[in-house]
Amino acid sequence: MILDRKTKLLFGLGAVAVTLIARLFVIQIIDDKYKIDSSNNSMVYSTIYPTRGIIHDRNGNILVGNKVVYDLLVTPKEVKAFDTLEFCTALAIEPEFVKEKMDEYRRFRSRIGWQTLTFLKQLPPERYMKFAEISYKFPGFRGQARSVREYPYNAGGNLLGYVSEVDADFIKKHPDEYRSGDYAGKTGIEAAMEKELRGEKGYNIYLRNSSNRIETRFRDGEMDKEAVPGNDITTTIDAELQHYGQMLMANKVGSLVAIEPSTGEILTMVSSPGIDVEMLADIGTHYSEISRNPYKPMFNRAVQAPYPPGSVFKLVNALIGLQEGVVYPGTLHPCSKGYHFGKNKLGCHVHKSPLNLEESIMMSCNAYYCYVLRDILDNPKYGGVAEGMDAWHDYVQSFGFGQKLGSDFPSELGGFVPDAKYYDKRYRKGGWKSLTVISLSIGQGELGCTPLHLANLCATIANRGFYYIPHIIKDSDNYKIDNKYREKHYTAVDTCHFPKVINGMYRAVNSGYGSGGTASVAEVKGLEICGKTGTAQNPRGDDNSVFICFAPRENPQIAVAAYVENGGFGAAWAAPIASLLVEKYLNGEISDKRKPLEDKMLNADLMYKVKKN
Amino acid sequence: MGLYDSRNNRRSFSQTIDWWLIACYFIITVIGIMNIYASVHSVDGGNIFDPSLRSGKQIIWLGISLVAATLILLAIPPRLYEGLSVPIYVLTILLLILVIFIGGDVKGSRSWISLGPVKFQPAEISKIATSLMLAKLMSQTDYKIGKYKDFLITAMIILVPMLTIILQKETGSALVYCGFIFMLYREGLSGWYIVAAGLAILIFILTLTTSSYFAIFGLYFLLIIYLGLKDGRWILLLSAGIPAAVLFGMLPWLFGIIGEKIDNPDSFFFLIKPIYFLLAMIAGVIPFIIQSAYRKRHFYSYIVAAGMVAGILFSFSTDFIFNNILQDHQRGRIEVLLGLKEDPSGVGYNVNQSMIAIGSGGAFGKGYLQGTQTTFGFVPEQSTDFIFCTIGEEWGFFGSAAVILLYVFLIWRIIHDAEESREAFTRIYGYCIASCIFMHLFINIGMTIGLMPVIGIPLPFVSYGGSALLSFSLMLFIFIALRKNEKKYF
Repeated sequence: MILDRKTKLLFGLGAVAVTLIARLFVIQIIDDKYKIDSSNNSMVYSTIYPTRGIIHDRNGNILVGNKVVYDLLVTPKEVKAFDTLEFCTALAIEPEFVKEKMDEYRRFRSRIGWQTLTFLKQLPPERYMKFAEISYKFPGFRGQARSVREYPYNAGGNLLGYVSEVDADFIKKHPDEYRSGDYAGKTGIEAAMEKELRGEKGYNIYLRNSSNRIETRFRDGEMDKEAVPGNDITTTIDAELQHYGQMLMANKVGSLVAIEPSTGEILTMVSSPGIDVEMLADIGTHYSEISRNPYKPMFNRAVQAPYPPGSVFKLVNALIGLQEGVVYPGTLHPCSKGYHFGKNKLGCHVHKSPLNLEESIMMSCNAYYCYVLRDILDNPKYGGVAEGMDAWHDYVQSFGFGQKLGSDFPSELGGFVPDAKYYDKRYRKGGWKSLTVISLSIGQGELGCTPLHLANLCATIANRGFYYIPHIIKDSDNYKIDNKYREKHYTAVDTCHFPKVINGMYRAVNSGYGSGGTASVAEVKGLEICGKTGTAQNPRGDDNSVFICFAPRENPQIAVAAYVENGGFGAAWAAPIASLLVEKYLNGEISDKRKPLEDKMLNADLMYKVKKN
Repeated sequence: MGLYDSRNNRRSFSQTIDWWLIACYFIITVIGIMNIYASVHSVDGGNIFDPSLRSGKQIIWLGISLVAATLILLAIPPRLYEGLSVPIYVLTILLLILVIFIGGDVKGSRSWISLGPVKFQPAEISKIATSLMLAKLMSQTDYKIGKYKDFLITAMIILVPMLTIILQKETGSALVYCGFIFMLYREGLSGWYIVAAGLAILIFILTLTTSSYFAIFGLYFLLIIYLGLKDGRWILLLSAGIPAAVLFGMLPWLFGIIGEKIDNPDSFFFLIKPIYFLLAMIAGVIPFIIQSAYRKRHFYSYIVAAGMVAGILFSFSTDFIFNNILQDHQRGRIEVLLGLKEDPSGVGYNVNQSMIAIGSGGAFGKGYLQGTQTTFGFVPEQSTDFIFCTIGEEWGFFGSAAVILLYVFLIWRIIHDAEESREAFTRIYGYCIASCIFMHLFINIGMTIGLMPVIGIPLPFVSYGGSALLSFSLMLFIFIALRKNEKKYF
């Protein structure tokens, strides 16, 4: 059968009609999807937002609470002409803003249709109440209460993190969990504990009548769902101590971390400069200001900055040496203003020589640790320096260095500890020896440790050989922490070796001025602080000032690591700051004798020394 | 009585008018007015004749259109159109160009001219002018579309208004001019142009809006029809092809149902995809076509087999290129163009709301004025471009299918009349307007049910809009008048 063109065209017409009708058949009869959606459309789901869980500190103080603010919503189609001046006065906004918004609604009116949009966000209750009194004059506008975060203490901005409205990307990453207009924790504890804190949204169902007015509750509210408030969370943070730590670190770049050694609970974690809690509550307004700040306040140095540890790392080498049997408390090594090898030398300051292990810690002798490290690496029991290096690497890792500790804090970084493979790659296999890596002896070179690592080292020594993974969420009835935070992590060094090192740390602090002890400035009568200073080289300006300490000597309550960028000697800034924190925690106040030191620390401004990024 | 009749053996006015077309016109415009009222009544109140409502205004415009129609049928000598087609065309083009510069800006397009209280779009008139011009040119006795020069002039006549309308940023209206290809085909243009272009567009859009499966299924469906048409093997077509097509059409749906019943996510079942069956089926059919082509030395069958394979490859490569090679922002633009992107306040919002409205109508609809979706203004452009939603929601599947069939009847009747006509001018003009109405119908309804990207053009005779209703009425009644004039003598 040969068809003429007219018939073919008519067949085409028929095919198109069949296609259209088939499609109609699918969406009107087969597919349920559109029917479900359409019941959603004539039933109005009015969301009830849950209140977010409260974040407490370890003593039950509220670190993050909630307060009520109002969003002003507008349904442009219902807006009638109104007195702009009165409107603006009540809301304290500019007439230009209103005009701009209204023009925008008019321009997109066909797109907007009957949708309700947000006109103003986060009005304080006083302001909204003023408007509510006269709101009858402004049809189309209504307020919606919303709870936002409130911060009674100025403590822990970086730790707590902020809550903000979810954006399209976030919704895409968490399908079915969030919808546009929801809020979610974006950083810090707010982000890490989002699932606990957020609670469950509820809804009221209303029915629209035939003129789009909400008329009745659907089945008298039988199908409504109550919002479930979020769980409260207790942190291990001590709000007062955190606040004090932030004051001490003000106008300095660096970090201050305090851990309770007997539990691994983080008492204080300061990253300076940090984010003020005032900014957290209204992150939207301050976000660009914060992200433009050259000192990067969003960057949490305490867990993200890999620093060279400096001389505090001598403690680790001393412990490894003791365990390996290459050094004993009585071992004497000479120091003639440094360690000389060939034409080179690794310099040291003037102190007595020769000296034993305790004295080497107390006076922080560089040469002593060059001998110790070489004895560890070149130990004949290993086949060569590469094997010695790997043994050393394993020891160091057992202290938690060079890896993420596994804390519950988000975005923790692992730092770096080199091994033989690393140097083989860097020089060539067999192309390096113990002298090549001699800076490791004094905590320089390729090492990268976060302040959290250093605080953890200090807690490990305080515990005589083990640590609990540092964590920031405290076990409570509302929230059970993971069992991994209750496990002791032993180092590869036997417990019996730790007291020998602790003696040195005790003498470094408590020997008095003129004794050669490097940390006399940290001495507090009666607290038996044991500490170790460090002065880490910083290629960008002055050395970094480092100090770790714990107290008291027996049954330690607190272990602290202080790291002040470009602060110079460890004894200059880090030691006073750390010791003041310890004194505040254990005594509750600073003794009169140390008040001048406290004033100096609180008021010092070292920002000029730090190169901006 | 006509004023222009001079012969004695004339037929009466009522005998020469195609009453079917007139009846069809009235039914469709009344459906339009009813649904315009349905889409505005709940927000604005009032009754259907209230002249402050859109439905009332549309009634006034229907009145104006009927006055014009009466003039066309009774007062204007139909011979005039042929004589005046060139000046009308030239004037319209000038107006189209003028409007680019002086046109009022309505929703981003500069295509409106205000004459006192009345706004109108020259683009509406230009469809009539272009149709008349094409009819005039192509009805010349020495015209042959196969001739290079004639083809070029024809293409120019279509492309010039098309381009000026694109410059007015009314791309949707310009797309309607593509419909003239059907008229050209009727007048002798090789059909392979249509087939190739149509298939490429079909596969492209189907692949991106649904899936490769449906694109290939569409091809398969066409293949079956071809096989049926080729040798007139209707029995084969009806007994094997159609059931197979229905089966394959429902296969993904069946898979969905079975998939829900299976708890184990690692089940072997999920490794099987509906497309495997489809490809296997096609792989079975193609050798059969080639063998038959070889035996019968049937050249077209080779082309069809090759086209089938090319189409499958084209579909997969569209899918692959779109999802794997294009960058996000490039993909985004195409998605917006095709209305794929979930953009609640933009393009995607309209389509989604429109499909919800239509889908909620079910088989029989919610009843006139009982719709909840369309009457609450969820669907923007409710009484104009998205008027079909109201029909779909309130009149359901049977009602909206009936409306589509009514249009099919209208177009069929125009083609039928055009074919009966003894004058090439009338025939060509008839095909032109049939093509225009067809394009409007397909694009507009296709858009509301998510088959076509969102292209804002009205549904003829139904969408609210005075100048559109008037110009569609003029278009149709000129044809009725041309037919009447012929019938008088033959």
